[in-house]
Amino acid sequence: MRSRRISVIATTALLSMALWPDLASAHGLAGKRFFPTTLTIDDPFVSDELSLPTFLLFKTPSDGEAPSSKTANISGEFSKRIFPNLGLTLAGEWNNLDPAPNDRTESGFGNFEMTLKYQFFTSAAHETILSAAFGWEAGGTGRKKAGAESFDVFRPALLFGKGMGDLPDALRWLKPFAVTGIVEGVLPSRSGNKSFTLNDDGDLEVEIEKNPNVFHWGFAVMYSLPYLQSFVKDVGLPAVIRQLIPLVEIDINNPLDRGFAGKTTGTVNPGIIWAGKYFQLGLEAVVPINERTGKVIGVRGQIHFFIDDIFPNTLGKPLFTWH
Amino acid sequence: MARRATVALAVFLLGTGVAFSHAFLDHAEPRVGSTVKSPPSQVRAWFTQNLEPAFSTLEVVNERGERVDQGPAKADAANPALLQVLLKPLGPGTYRVKWRVLSVDTHITEGDFTFRVTREP
Repeated sequence: MRSRRISVIATTALLSMALWPDLASAHGLAGKRFFPTTLTIDDPFVSDELSLPTFLLFKTPSDGEAPSSKTANISGEFSKRIFPNLGLTLAGEWNNLDPAPNDRTESGFGNFEMTLKYQFFTSAAHETILSAAFGWEAGGTGRKKAGAESFDVFRPALLFGKGMGDLPDALRWLKPFAVTGIVEGVLPSRSGNKSFTLNDDGDLEVEIEKNPNVFHWGFAVMYSLPYLQSFVKDVGLPAVIRQLIPLVEIDINNPLDRGFAGKTTGTVNPGIIWAGKYFQLGLEAVVPINERTGKVIGVRGQIHFFIDDIFPNTLGKPLFTWH
Repeated sequence: MARRATVALAVFLLGTGVAFSHAFLDHAEPRVGSTVKSPPSQVRAWFTQNLEPAFSTLEVVNERGERVDQGPAKADAANPALLQVLLKPLGPGTYRVKWRVLSVDTHITEGDFTFRVTREP
């Protein structure tokens, strides 16, 4: 009886939080601040948006007997608000590995991914957004030879966005700055993969590939020319330039265990976003932070559609809204 | 039956078929962050989208937070993306323009900016 009552209270509280109206939360807005969708780091807001495609060209370094490999990745991501503050993201990708670990060129779909995100705090005055997310990569739904893992991966995360518009007027040139970021656990459902091979003597060899838990973190620092032009100082920028948002994204993976502790990988991603009325375009260089990550600079690009602006009265609004 | 369902789905997805966007400030007169020698008699703000004038406001306050406009703001008859408000005579000082607008697709946006007047009228 007691547990049922607690369950009812918890469900009511959760629904209240999810259904609470928050008009300003759509489209990455907090007060005056428009947060664009960044290419590398997950966004801190829930939205009705579509990233299609995002492409990545990158060369991974050789690792032991595995040669270095050119990776081409094309992905898509659809985000849908269920409630004004609760959103679901569905994502898929296609990979081409040249060569794959089997020394042949392989291509195919990666694993299907799904993320539930709850934007639990929005401050218009302080241009701040906080959210919590839980992602699930469904193991075995992609092609193994193209790099898809056979096990699930769970990703609990906290995300934030902060605009600097609340700085004093004496620092007004810094107001267009904003930062978004993520701290995330990347938790594989299986600690290792066993593979069985016959050696030259005909003996059975068992090889175990470890899957470490990873602490993933990253942030994006951006300077919004639209913000500068509309809220700080009209410096007379031409129409195309005033819609640009230069940014740098830092993306770091810290493996924590299973023989990988301390083997950090990551990238620094300087780039630029052009934000229009219905879509935005982004392009970034992908610079490895160490030789373990790579030796060659890659490139990432994205076309991103604002579904809430394209279809404001239908597909672009939450499925359920509290009035 | 399947055809009807497809048509219904298309109607649901496409809605009215007209797409609009959030309204952001495109530019203003006096210009955002500008310094002017002659006090302006009005503030004009051009937005990136057409507005619902009944639910859109434009206010101007001085450094003490006192209203110096002769509101309410009015939308321009010829340009639904332009909001304007007349001002009382302004002395030297810094003035803040606060806007909150509803675009025709029901998205609310808000913001503010300042301009400075250096000479008496």
